[in-house]
Order: sequence, then structure tokens, then C-alpha cells
Amino acid sequence: MDDQISLRVTRYRPDKDLEPSWQDYDVPLREEWTVLDALNHVKSDLDTTLAFRWSCRMGICGSCGMNVEGEPRLTCATFLSDYAPGPVRVEPLGNFPIARDLVVDIEDFMEKLPRVKPWIIRDEEQSVDDGEYLQTPEELDAYKQFSMCINCMLCYAACPVYGLDPDFVGPAAIALAERYDLDSRDQGARERLDVLIEHEGVYGCTFVGECTRVCPKHVDPAGAIQRYKLKAAQQSIKAFLLPRALQS
Amino acid sequence: MTRSEQAGDLLYRRPISVWWWTRKRTYFLFVMRELSSLFIAWLVLYLLLLIRAVGRGEAAYADFLDRASSPWLVALNLVAFAFVILHTVTWFSLTPQAMVVSLRGRRVPGAVIIGAQYAGLAVVSAFVYWLVTR
Repeated sequence: MDDQISLRVTRYRPDKDLEPSWQDYDVPLREEWTVLDALNHVKSDLDTTLAFRWSCRMGICGSCGMNVEGEPRLTCATFLSDYAPGPVRVEPLGNFPIARDLVVDIEDFMEKLPRVKPWIIRDEEQSVDDGEYLQTPEELDAYKQFSMCINCMLCYAACPVYGLDPDFVGPAAIALAERYDLDSRDQGARERLDVLIEHEGVYGCTFVGECTRVCPKHVDPAGAIQRYKLKAAQQSIKAFLLPRALQS
Repeated sequence: MTRSEQAGDLLYRRPISVWWWTRKRTYFLFVMRELSSLFIAWLVLYLLLLIRAVGRGEAAYADFLDRASSPWLVALNLVAFAFVILHTVTWFSLTPQAMVVSLRGRRVPGAVIIGAQYAGLAVVSAFVYWLVTR
């Protein structure tokens, strides 16, 4: 194995550049180094001006998502040695505007996330004195997979629908809506449905499935969206066939 | 000017190429799957034309068969058939993601759902074969 590998990194200085360009850095190729370790090496030893986001280094915080060789990945879970002999192309997450170097503007996602009301909604909140809302292991299993989302936005970077139509609510937000819909303690499915059956909601999705393939937490947003479509369709048919039954 | 407006001016939005779907095998397969619906529509139309010809009597049917054997139509139908296979295989394999089937409180594995669809297809095909050849 060579002892060096070349990192080809996107640079964009908003105050100086009209468009992004590439910059190459030679970094040590160590078996235990991730792409994020290499970027931190660049930042501390080679070029302090390089900007990128990171925090936990262990796939929990969801900050270090970037496109590595064109694939949206958590750079803390992507090993340099898998790309030997290199060079390794590191770009900002796709489908988001670039703010500086490898940092993208996530304003759009932050605005969309609360739209699907990803929290427990109750018709009537029970008082603290009545104790906690109990749940069986089966009830937990029903939504657990969708609760693993860390908001890393890799699914948005992988989704061509979101790239072409930025109004699309997007995979992670819909998966989170499903997470609360499937929660036995929640009663907010109706409110979320109103948001998600709009054109930019679930029906924007054409089931490319790339969100599920890139998800580092195996959340399966594509599955969540299709289940939502099925639910919405069943709801419409029921409302058409049995209008009175639904009112009662 | 507010801060966010200033920031907006400095953001770089990457253009998306018309050829984005050729960049990745999975994107390409997706676009082919979408395209396959056109060929499905064509084969439905073709079937309706066949039924109409049968309904109009022997001469019309013979005429239809004659036209169906033209090299262009054979080529088109071969391509259409290939797309129908792609359509069937890809949608069958996606079904377990969209449908959660539970039996006696247990989730039915995806492979069983996919297998059941192929079994259903085999039964329907066998029935049609029996209907045509009896």
C-alpha cells in the first residue's frame, strides 16, 4: 500500500470565487483513517482555511455528510483505504447550495422538518400524575427503524426528485412523519396527512429508492414514503365508499 | 439588506445536467423503469387492437397477423417485451418495501411477498395458456 493518497477537495470561497474549483492535498494513507480524519489532517497540518462540518466522529451526529466519489456518505464512516490508490474526490453534499468549501446551506431542510410535525401529538395530554405512556416491545418495534434517523441529509443529496424539484418535502422528513404515525402514543396522523398528501408531499416521490441505499442508519425512507402513499390512498377510498363511517 | 439575503447572494447552486440519470447505474435503472410504462401502454393498445380484429371476423384477424409479422413490428414488440420484463421484475422486488404484510402478528418476510407475486403470475399465465390452447 502506498503511504500517501491524494484528496481532491471542492473549494469555494464565497467572497472571492464565482464558482467552486478543485484543490489537491496529499495525505498519509493509514488503514484506520477515515476521509474525515484526512480532512482534519489537512485542516491542522496543511491548510487551515479549509471549511467543513463535523462533530462526533462516530456516526451519531449526522454533521459530516459529503459526497465522496460522487456518493453521499458520512465521512467519519468512510475509510480512505477503500479508495486507494486514489485520488479521492470529496465534494459538498449534492442538491444543497454551497456556502463555503465543503459546507452546504441546510436552511431548506431545517424549514421542512417541522412542517411534518415530528413530535408526539395528543388529542388530550394526560397529566404527569397519571404516569408515563406505556408501550409494549411490539409497539416499539413498529416505528423503531424510522426513529434511527440522524438528520444527516444524505438521502436529500441522493434524491434526484429533490434535486430537480426543491419544493419536495423529501425522504427524511417523510420517514420521520411515519415514525410518529406508527407510534402508539401518537394521535397526530391526521394533521401530518394534511401536509403530506399535497403535491410536494409523498406524491412527489417516484420511488427511485436511492435514499434507502445511501442511508447510513438503514432507515428506509423510500419504504416509509410508499407506505404513506398506500395509507393515503386507502384513506381516500374509505372516505369515498364509507363517508359516514369515518365521521363517527 | 438582511443577513440571510446577503448569504443567499453568496451561495453557489450547482446546476443539474439533463443527463443526471446516466451518472449512476441505479438512476439509469430507475429511468428505464419509468420508461417501461410507455411500452406497457403500447402492449395494452396492441392487445386491444388484436381483440378488435378478432371481433371483426376471420379476414380482419388474418390481416392483423399479417401486419404483426412485419419486421418493424416484431422488433418493436421484442423491445416492448424486454421492458415488460424489467417493469415486472423491478416492481415485484419493490413491493415488500411499500407493503407490510402481517400474519398472526408476525411480519411476512420480503422474499415471501416477492415469491407470492411470481406464483400469482405463474398461475395467471398457466390459466391464459390453458384458455388459448384448449
